[in-house]
Amino acid sequence: MAAIDALVAEQTVGADKSGRMTEFIRRNPTVVISASILIAMVLVAIFAPFLATDPLELAPWQRLKPPGEFGWFGTDHLGRDVFARTVYGTRISLSVGLFVALVSTGVGLFIGLLAGYVRIVDAVVMRIMDGLMAIPGILFAIALMALVGSSVQNVIIAISVPEIPRVVRLVRAIVLTIREMPYVEAAVASGTRLPQILVRHILPNTFAPLMVQATYICASAVIVEAYLSFLGAGTPPEVPSWGNMMAEGRVYFQFKPWLLFFPGLCLACMVMTVNILGDGLRDTLDPRIARGMR
Amino acid sequence: MDNSTAGAARTDSPVLQIKDLRTFFDTRDGTVRAVNGVSLEVYAGETLCIVGESGCGKSVTAMTILGLLPKPPARIESGEILFQGTDLLKLEEQDMQAIRGNEISMIFQEPMTSLNPVLTIGRQISEVISLHQGVSDRVARDRAIEMLDRVRVPDAHQRVTEYPHQLSGGMRQRAMIAMALSCNPKILIADEPSTALDVTIQAQILDLMRELRDDFGTSIILITHDLGVVAEMGERVLVMYAGRKVEEASVEELFHYPLHPYSEGLMTSIPRLNESLAEDGDRVRLQEIPGMVPSLIEEIPGCLFAPRCSYASEQCVAESPRLAEHRKQHHAACWESGNFANRLESSTP
Amino acid sequence: MYAYIVKRILATIPVMAVVAVFVFGLLHLTPGDPAAIIAGDYASPSDIEGIREKLGLNEPIPVQFYTWIKSVAQGDLGVSIFSNLPVTKLIGQRVEPTLMLTLFTIFIAIACAIPLGVLAAWKSRTFIDRFAMIFAVLGFSVPVFVIGYILMYVFAIQLKWLPVQGYKHLADGLIPCLRSLVLPSIALGVVYIALIARITRASVMEVLAEDYIRTAKAKGLSSRVILLRHALKNAAVPIVTIIGVGIALLIGGVVVTESVFNIPGLGRLTVDAILHRDYPVIQAIIILFSGVYVLVNLLVDLSYVFLDPRIRY
Repeated sequence: MAAIDALVAEQTVGADKSGRMTEFIRRNPTVVISASILIAMVLVAIFAPFLATDPLELAPWQRLKPPGEFGWFGTDHLGRDVFARTVYGTRISLSVGLFVALVSTGVGLFIGLLAGYVRIVDAVVMRIMDGLMAIPGILFAIALMALVGSSVQNVIIAISVPEIPRVVRLVRAIVLTIREMPYVEAAVASGTRLPQILVRHILPNTFAPLMVQATYICASAVIVEAYLSFLGAGTPPEVPSWGNMMAEGRVYFQFKPWLLFFPGLCLACMVMTVNILGDGLRDTLDPRIARGMR
Repeated sequence: MDNSTAGAARTDSPVLQIKDLRTFFDTRDGTVRAVNGVSLEVYAGETLCIVGESGCGKSVTAMTILGLLPKPPARIESGEILFQGTDLLKLEEQDMQAIRGNEISMIFQEPMTSLNPVLTIGRQISEVISLHQGVSDRVARDRAIEMLDRVRVPDAHQRVTEYPHQLSGGMRQRAMIAMALSCNPKILIADEPSTALDVTIQAQILDLMRELRDDFGTSIILITHDLGVVAEMGERVLVMYAGRKVEEASVEELFHYPLHPYSEGLMTSIPRLNESLAEDGDRVRLQEIPGMVPSLIEEIPGCLFAPRCSYASEQCVAESPRLAEHRKQHHAACWESGNFANRLESSTP
Repeated sequence: MYAYIVKRILATIPVMAVVAVFVFGLLHLTPGDPAAIIAGDYASPSDIEGIREKLGLNEPIPVQFYTWIKSVAQGDLGVSIFSNLPVTKLIGQRVEPTLMLTLFTIFIAIACAIPLGVLAAWKSRTFIDRFAMIFAVLGFSVPVFVIGYILMYVFAIQLKWLPVQGYKHLADGLIPCLRSLVLPSIALGVVYIALIARITRASVMEVLAEDYIRTAKAKGLSSRVILLRHALKNAAVPIVTIIGVGIALLIGGVVVTESVFNIPGLGRLTVDAILHRDYPVIQAIIILFSGVYVLVNLLVDLSYVFLDPRIRY
């Protein structure tokens, strides 16, 4: 098989770069569609005030109205416009997803680099990381939330912390591999100091896998936020997060399913698009390094 | 050596006959013409070597015989592969399965990766036997041990319970040979069987193959890029270049009278131990064939070797040469063969 | 081989130690007075002091840790603040539903996911494959409770095939018990199925590209035999690994699923404990679930011995 692959590969070397973009779009339609939907969602989040009315506005006299004359998505048990809340909910979910991804990757990167390079730190840190990974993520987040109390920032922290060990593992693995490479040894031998080696040689190799991991973390965070809010341990009740909307809507579920349906659909949509994006990134960037993830 | 010792033509019908085979691969950059009009015959008990550099289509030809290419992207554009009268290309998968490992076997280059790491050696050999000979596992296992003995694996009784990673490279290749010959196939296709092995082991494996060939009467199609192997094992040789057959002859004929510039290039590029100094005392450089293998995607009207050929004429560039019998039972596809052969004959001692 | 087994077993000790420290630290790491947190917003200073005494919070931390570990090792997980019952008793009452739910889910998930993944790998790049993978991504993206409610709506409320909520104990019969678990298990299992199917497909595809599969084909073996005898065993290691790792997802999902379907199991216990800030219960649950997770992964590690002979010798 390898001989044939090599044969075929040889023949395809001459592909020209200008057609790459259209080529990419043609061969990965799902990724392109997902990315577009995601961008649309980001735009909705940014331009929310222009797209919908006030999500917090109470109007109890028109509570629990089905979609139709009282709003595209109907109203909830306090008369609030479900469409508006869903639109604003995009902001919460996106920011939670984004910040969790950033925080966990950032912290994980830092610890991972340290662990990869300093032997003592490595031994201690990895034991701790292994232990933390044994605690199922949601329980971990719930426990943290029970401690610190309800707010969007706390939710972000509570969801980030359980994700950090996996990032540390990934970064450390990369550091250990790159460290052994001849060009790094050469750099050390020629007197390059540690910070420079880290920045110039090690860091660039972490970008691709970290980006892929970050997308997966983002998707996971959006779901975990929903779970937390559903259980009452997430964002504060006034905040129009999709999780909260579904938590509130569950009581009326049997007769007024739209309360659950719309935020649920949007949530699934966002998570799916981010996941597909992550897959696409992984397939494009470096399949070999990124394969050990998830 | 004169023409008369080139060997009498075989009068029996060939065991395998490939007629004008074209195997193409459809890739996003175009259609790769990996095998572009190759014909050959293999007779009972003979060893046919297919020689050529990487990418010339020899492995693809072999894989096509057994139907091992994934379709897509591979596609058999045209041609026939007649095995004892039946066209293999027209067979249903089930019927092909009855032939694989049974009537036609194949061994591959890398014995380490070609054996399943989680199954015992014994299992991998006996499963072929039970499949094709319909015997019980017990009997199959005994025959597997017999085969291992036959291929000179010491301690066969112990070895059948072991896993591939517990054996050395040479042992693994022997096990593969045992596997391939266990059902006494008519044809053994060996794709670079000794390339991945140490030189000393190489010799052992080739000796073994010769011995088994004589014992079993199997025809062997030996694919290699190593002319040393050809010299040791081969009776007839087929030279392939860029998906086409460019020369076919007996081993002696090819080595002494190459009729295609490419074959000549191959012969002269072999380092010879006794020729490191020319008459005037200077070192003789290794002759290489200049240029590169052509793309198999583009359609080139003339001879595919012309760009690299020092004998190329206008006709060579314009028209693709056809195979012609320039010497007795010695075919070559070259417009300049005539001049070429004469030149050679006059210079040979 | 034995060295491998022993090493693996020993490796679980530091992991559980970290969990223990974390769980213990939960109470003490928070800003503020642990006793006050437990006592709640409406407690008086004497209440707080009482709680402090009761939980031995006046002792130095290492001593507290030691006492706590000792009691945990002896099976005493403390007393629930909210219900005043020993935590072990509380857990004992709730174990059966959660256990049944989890086992049933694992069973369904493996039974569905592995054939799906194998099929997708075998027919890769065809319609079946794409369809399976889209389903997998979907399964991974929709939250458990959404699936749960949809299932509930369609199968229980509209079609009335299955009970809407609740749990029938085993003592009342196996069939009623399983019937009450069908919807929750499916809801819980979808994520697990998606995950396992994806990894199975990737792993089998990787194996199918290996040289020994080409050899197997060259021997005349049928596709079925090649897949089942040659490919699957080689693909098994990543698959079994993900089954172990995925248990974490299951555990998380159990909490939510029990809430949706009103199953009186450990998940519900957790939710109640969070609501009431019942720390001893929360601590015990984390230790329990983490312990289970570590145990399952240990079993997975040990199973490698049977799957890959290279470890054995």
